[in-house]
Amino acid sequence: MRELIRKLVETYGPSGDEEQIRAAIRAEVEPLADEIRVDPLGSLVVHKRGRGGGQRILLDAHMDEIGVMVSYIDEKGFARFTKIGGVFPLNCVGGRVRFADGRLGVIGIESKRDDPGRIPELSELFIDVGATSRDDCPVKVGDPAVFFRPFAVVEAGEHTRYVSKTMDDRIGCAILIETLRRLESTPHDLYLVFSVQEETTLSGARTSAYGIEPDLAIAVDVTGTGDTPESRPMAVKLGHGPAIKVQDRGMIAHPQVRDLLVERAEAAGIPYQMEVLEYGTTNAAAMQLVRAGVPSGCLSVPCRYIHSPSEMVDADDVENSVRLLLEVLTR
Amino acid sequence: MILKDLSEAIGVSGDEGDVRAIILDAIRDHVDEVRVDNMGNVLALKRGTGDQGLRVMLAAHMDEVGLMVIGHDNDGLLRFRPVGGLDPRVLPGTPLKVGDERLPGVIGIKPIHLARDEERKKAPRIKELAVDIGAKDKKEAARLAPLGTYIAFATPFRDLGPTVSGKAFDDRAGCAALVELLRGDPFPFDLHAAFTVQEEVGLRGARVAAYTIEPDCAFVLEGTIADDLPRDKDTSPTTELGHGPAITLMDRTFIADRRLVQLLTSTADELHIPYQFKQPGVGGTDAGSIHLTRAGVPSATVAVPCRYIHSPVSLLSRDDFDNLLTLMRESLARLTPRTLGRN
Repeated sequence: MRELIRKLVETYGPSGDEEQIRAAIRAEVEPLADEIRVDPLGSLVVHKRGRGGGQRILLDAHMDEIGVMVSYIDEKGFARFTKIGGVFPLNCVGGRVRFADGRLGVIGIESKRDDPGRIPELSELFIDVGATSRDDCPVKVGDPAVFFRPFAVVEAGEHTRYVSKTMDDRIGCAILIETLRRLESTPHDLYLVFSVQEETTLSGARTSAYGIEPDLAIAVDVTGTGDTPESRPMAVKLGHGPAIKVQDRGMIAHPQVRDLLVERAEAAGIPYQMEVLEYGTTNAAAMQLVRAGVPSGCLSVPCRYIHSPSEMVDADDVENSVRLLLEVLTR
Repeated sequence: MILKDLSEAIGVSGDEGDVRAIILDAIRDHVDEVRVDNMGNVLALKRGTGDQGLRVMLAAHMDEVGLMVIGHDNDGLLRFRPVGGLDPRVLPGTPLKVGDERLPGVIGIKPIHLARDEERKKAPRIKELAVDIGAKDKKEAARLAPLGTYIAFATPFRDLGPTVSGKAFDDRAGCAALVELLRGDPFPFDLHAAFTVQEEVGLRGARVAAYTIEPDCAFVLEGTIADDLPRDKDTSPTTELGHGPAITLMDRTFIADRRLVQLLTSTADELHIPYQFKQPGVGGTDAGSIHLTRAGVPSATVAVPCRYIHSPVSLLSRDDFDNLLTLMRESLARLTPRTLGRN
């Protein structure tokens, strides 16, 4: 699974420009699907027919990632930019971004600042692609770029952690793909949605859920942890199992979905934790409001340093997420 | 220019009747079906030549920002709240029309002779401002302008030569463009026009209009921010007057469909129609709700750059308006199901 994760996190796919990551995911799922389609906004929908007697289940993971978009090229060839999704200036300075064609840029900061200790505004930052003028600048207004940081594995004691940009939510994509690979038979009519534009407006999952009209929906996404020095209090720890959402800023998980996940984890002896997230939300918030309402919940992968170029997840949590989804699907 | 009639008509969000009447009159003879839906949107169908089996939605919002009466002072002044996004700095000294009777009113401010130094240095808050319609007391004020009365800017339309000025170009410029498109020749596909209500208070009308129309794709026509004013460092203006229609790539509410943007820019390049990109990340339009409708609607926004929007007066370039019309006509003529194909 490690190679799959590497491939997914290193593929380019900011919100609104998901073509490359969609192609990468499509190549993985094509041999396993009964039917594949791309929805009007660009989400990839993978249908796996059940043997009958089950429900219509939607599993979502968003394939888009946060990034930046060039908003202006100045006379000297430096690119000003705006954010795509939740980009924090603190994580930008000195970082590198990569454009759709593979071109790299470095994020610089206006050094003539009155208070160098202050966290900068995005408007004080710029991308340097090595150009010297507006005319020789190879990027143009509207070009998106993503943060650049290769995949890495860190190991300490018994723990293996995966580190990269865009664990949010390529780790969810990897979990769905691996689940599909291992799934032998299910009574349920299964729809895997690799959705677009989560980081900006939750648009992809909402519209795909409308088209699928599921009986039950589960978003597989990352969640924060409360286990780093002086972190905001939160009862989720890296390596303590997948987190089952109770609520977040945008939704209260449907009790039946929440309890289903808890029961299957208990029965199979899979470690899990309950999640109450104070800030942020997921596609489940949008999916539960579609049509007449969809009972929705989240299976969350604990993740440190979300929306930084070095998001960290635990390998066992990833494996246990796949196991738990299989427990949900096999009966 | 129908923009004059549309600009001078009053239609604060939720009270778009006068604008709707002008639009209905203007398009009735040029469309195959027209109706007003439950929210007040005008929905019109202009049948195509049948060459392309697409349902294409074009939307422009009829409503404008304004004020609403929320209370009456003992001395007959009207307390108000903004309807839509209003900057209190532009309000003092503004002539207004109040209620269905269009009573003249003004927003007063203390004369400069009496203002203290600190008062001159900061903008008043909306809570500190009041509308004066000359009522002698609370009772008369409440009779003339009861709670909930709408108040609009009273700005006449003016021809300034290469530019025109007036109120509510956001989005009567879009409405005027959409009327002109409907008055022209049919397109290869069925064109569904929506003149929407309540955009300024949350993109509300467009949401139900798109649900009804169920389009394959949508274009929103707008009047957008032009801030091509002097600036102290080499950074981007949102859009610039006279540089052509502005195409949105991404704003706070949606990301434009790349295939539709490609259609617009390739058409413009081919025919040498000037265009510009609106600075990404700024503002929001009806496309924010349209693209989320049902199973999703690929959408794009094209706008006439307008200086000073959301104030009593806005200003646009005739060339920009004409170029937006040409760009839309030519792009729509080139729109086929293949435009929406994916790899």
